Amino acid sequence: MKNQNTDNFEQCIKCTICTVYCPVVPVNPAYPGPKQAGPDGERLRIKNNYFFDEALKYCLNCKRCDVACPSGVKISDMIQEARINYSQHSPKLRDMMLASTDFMGTLATPFAPIVNGVLPLKPVKAVLDGVLGIDHRRTFPKYSGEKFESWFNKKAAEKQKYFKKQVAYFHGCYVNYNYPQLGRDFVTVMNALGFGVNLLDKEKCCGVALIANGMSGKAKKNAMHNVEVLGKAVEKGLPVLTTSSTCVLTMRDEYPELLKVDNTAVRDSLSLATKFIFGLMDSGKVKLAFKKDYKAKIAYHTPCHLEKLGWGVFSTSLLKMIPGVEFTLLDSNCCGISGTYGFKKENYDNSQAIGAPLFEQIGRIAPDFVACDCETCKWQIEMSTGYTVKNPISVLAEALDIEETTKLNA
Amino acid sequence: MASNKQNEFDVIVIGGGITGAGTARDCSLRGLKTLLIERNDIADGATGRNHGLLHSGARYAVTDQESATECIQENMILKKVANHCVDDTTGFFITLPEDDLAYQAKFVESCTKAGIKAEILDPEEAKRLEPSVNPDIIGAVRVPDGSVDPFRLCSSNVVDAKLHGAKVLVYNEVIGFIKAGDTITGVKVYDKQTHETAEYRAPITVNAGGIWGHKIAGMAGAQIGMFPAKGALLIFAHRVNGIVLNRCRKPANADILVPGDTVCVIGTTSTRVPYEECDNMKVTPEEVSLLISEGEKLAPCLKDTRILRAYAGVRPLVSADNDPSGRNISRGIVLFDHETRDGIKGLITITGGKLMTYRLMAEMATDLVCKKLNNGNKCETRTTPLPGSGEGDVKEVSKKIWANPTTAQKATVGRAGSFASKIGMQSKEDLSLVCECEEVPESEVNNAIQNLDVHNLVDLRRRTRVGMGTCQGELCACRAAGLLGKAHGCAERARQDLVDFMNERWKGIYPVARGESLREAEFTEWVYSECLGLGDEQ
Repeated sequence: MKNQNTDNFEQCIKCTICTVYCPVVPVNPAYPGPKQAGPDGERLRIKNNYFFDEALKYCLNCKRCDVACPSGVKISDMIQEARINYSQHSPKLRDMMLASTDFMGTLATPFAPIVNGVLPLKPVKAVLDGVLGIDHRRTFPKYSGEKFESWFNKKAAEKQKYFKKQVAYFHGCYVNYNYPQLGRDFVTVMNALGFGVNLLDKEKCCGVALIANGMSGKAKKNAMHNVEVLGKAVEKGLPVLTTSSTCVLTMRDEYPELLKVDNTAVRDSLSLATKFIFGLMDSGKVKLAFKKDYKAKIAYHTPCHLEKLGWGVFSTSLLKMIPGVEFTLLDSNCCGISGTYGFKKENYDNSQAIGAPLFEQIGRIAPDFVACDCETCKWQIEMSTGYTVKNPISVLAEALDIEETTKLNA
Repeated sequence: MASNKQNEFDVIVIGGGITGAGTARDCSLRGLKTLLIERNDIADGATGRNHGLLHSGARYAVTDQESATECIQENMILKKVANHCVDDTTGFFITLPEDDLAYQAKFVESCTKAGIKAEILDPEEAKRLEPSVNPDIIGAVRVPDGSVDPFRLCSSNVVDAKLHGAKVLVYNEVIGFIKAGDTITGVKVYDKQTHETAEYRAPITVNAGGIWGHKIAGMAGAQIGMFPAKGALLIFAHRVNGIVLNRCRKPANADILVPGDTVCVIGTTSTRVPYEECDNMKVTPEEVSLLISEGEKLAPCLKDTRILRAYAGVRPLVSADNDPSGRNISRGIVLFDHETRDGIKGLITITGGKLMTYRLMAEMATDLVCKKLNNGNKCETRTTPLPGSGEGDVKEVSKKIWANPTTAQKATVGRAGSFASKIGMQSKEDLSLVCECEEVPESEVNNAIQNLDVHNLVDLRRRTRVGMGTCQGELCACRAAGLLGKAHGCAERARQDLVDFMNERWKGIYPVARGESLREAEFTEWVYSECLGLGDEQ
């Protein structure tokens, strides 16, 4: 009856700031808002789980409510946990497809040219929309023909051992199946800074999409596996870095809070690449040399999950450090996609309405490109604004004088 | 005022607590023209100031077999006729290492003798069924305890009495009896709202005034030695336990933790108080400490659980001996026929007893009334459901009314039972929330204002739970005041009502104003004084 982990709903003093900051509330009246869905609803659900409200599915899990709460209530966890414990809706085929990012990636990668060619076709989109409920207006991320892991093992693994200092890299599904270039950029940057890169002993999807799609059992299995393989790297004294703000948030915070998987052995070793690099810079452990002629007008979007981590400052500081960059920090807004949420037909309109203020601001600023640490924000912004979105690590790879930097850190 | 037909009844019942409400219902069900008079709101006294425990009788089994037998019989009746007021949680009597495990055998034997099903559970099984229970328990017995919402139960009785023709006067105080020789023929009543007096006549009057029945009998010239025993309780902000927790030992202080609606309640203490204090009970810091320290022994997590409020009630016990604690006095029912006892015709007093046995008390009083009036109708309250008592639980009742009920609709069914189908709950406005903590929609509030004798926010709270949640009125009181202002056509009255209500809420928070409750109270104070401009009055 009494759940020790969510007991902190009693700290709520009903100030309702969370609901003011919720991006879903203004666009979807069917969603009761974080206060109602979280601490208020929790008391009723404890009384009788019949009071569970299926409208909790409209929660983006953007965690902006947690950031806004002045009382430290873990509102988003409470909502996700309620969905896990009480939702009567079992995941549909569509949800399983969207959630199983690594399984679908494994299937699609060998046929990438075909999949990429077929997915944007009108009849295919009509089927996806009509049969599966994946909105036809949504642009799919492209699958890569070669997995990042395959590239790394063939082209990069060998030379990593010659570096004195080493890090481990949790690349995530997106880098592996959709955009290996980001992984390559990461290896380039880390090598230039004097660090060898190690992959984990077969990482699995962090599980964020599984949690969001009601497949917490599978998510828990992934979490237990990942904690084990992360642990092997941490035992060797390696920090584990990611280039995805959501993967790192999930493994650091959702594993223990939501999936009840103990990650204390690895939690403090997990970091975002930009945070790690900023730390090295700040303590004078590495030096960066930039290209003399690099020029870019960059607008940076802070992903919701990075705001929750409080780490946005590391990415923005690194970008601002680059000479020749005209930098704008975009207003704090949710882009609206929230992983697989925006792919679903029933959420598409709300998803776009949530992102509208962000898209408009990007349009006004007219940057050369947008920078962001989250892959799903990237899809959403690219689809909705036409602007290219680059991970700060890719921007660094582009702006750094690699040869000079390598020398400085040799 | 001259008497007229309108002011003539077969029976007048004084006291709108559960006993009076139950008696008025029973009388009207038997075809008597009934008047119920209450000086404040219904359920204002001890009725609304107890645990809300649906006793199985187990608590009294060892010490008082008669009460135990009455309890289990009424327990089974209420589960059938008032299922919207009852939460069939079951209860545990736990033995801690400091308690004598030998008592358990005696306890089970006494329960069985009284007809109470008492099952000895393995402590591990008990912990699995009720994770909040003290993990050190060495014994546990399961009994058919439950929880009952006394406000709802009282209100349902009043509603049914009215449906059967009874007239109900709230905020009307009896200021004297009308006598013809040695016979009471009616009452003089002062209307606290209009400040007018009136006379109502009936051949028989029932004094169901609880602890205040002492004074009422005195006005008629009869002496009843009442024993005001104060019991203090604490409300925790959410349901820590799903099963009632009792200590398996001789009844003592703070040894029952009852889950009721969205909260749970620990109590009680027992202290003798002078009559003068009955109208203004205060909970002392010592009582709060005692309740917390004893409560933790039942469920250790209470230590870290937010306390919403403290309150106290007065047990209407009839004094029998010089027991200074009042703990050993029988909770037995006392029915006085003042004609035979004191030579005063036309007046009877029904007192003692407890919330659990209200129906039986009402039946006994009504039997006597009928005997005196030569009315041969039999009591039907054992089997006739109260309005709102539906077939099945919240889920089943909700599904009968709506295909896809919203949370607010479900919550309303949780309070009003099947009666929710009579409250229009369709439009966006109907379903907009007045109280967010307890999910009370506007339609339920308006229904209470129109149909349930609600005159102010405190009355509204008793009918709907508005203001009973964690925010204690912070978000809901001003909204509800707006609706009351609209209904009464008077903003000034609503404004004063709002001030009174917030002060009434603060009275209960004050003894436990610490931690999150204090933070919230300070925030509320800021909202009401700085944003809503109520500073001066508060």
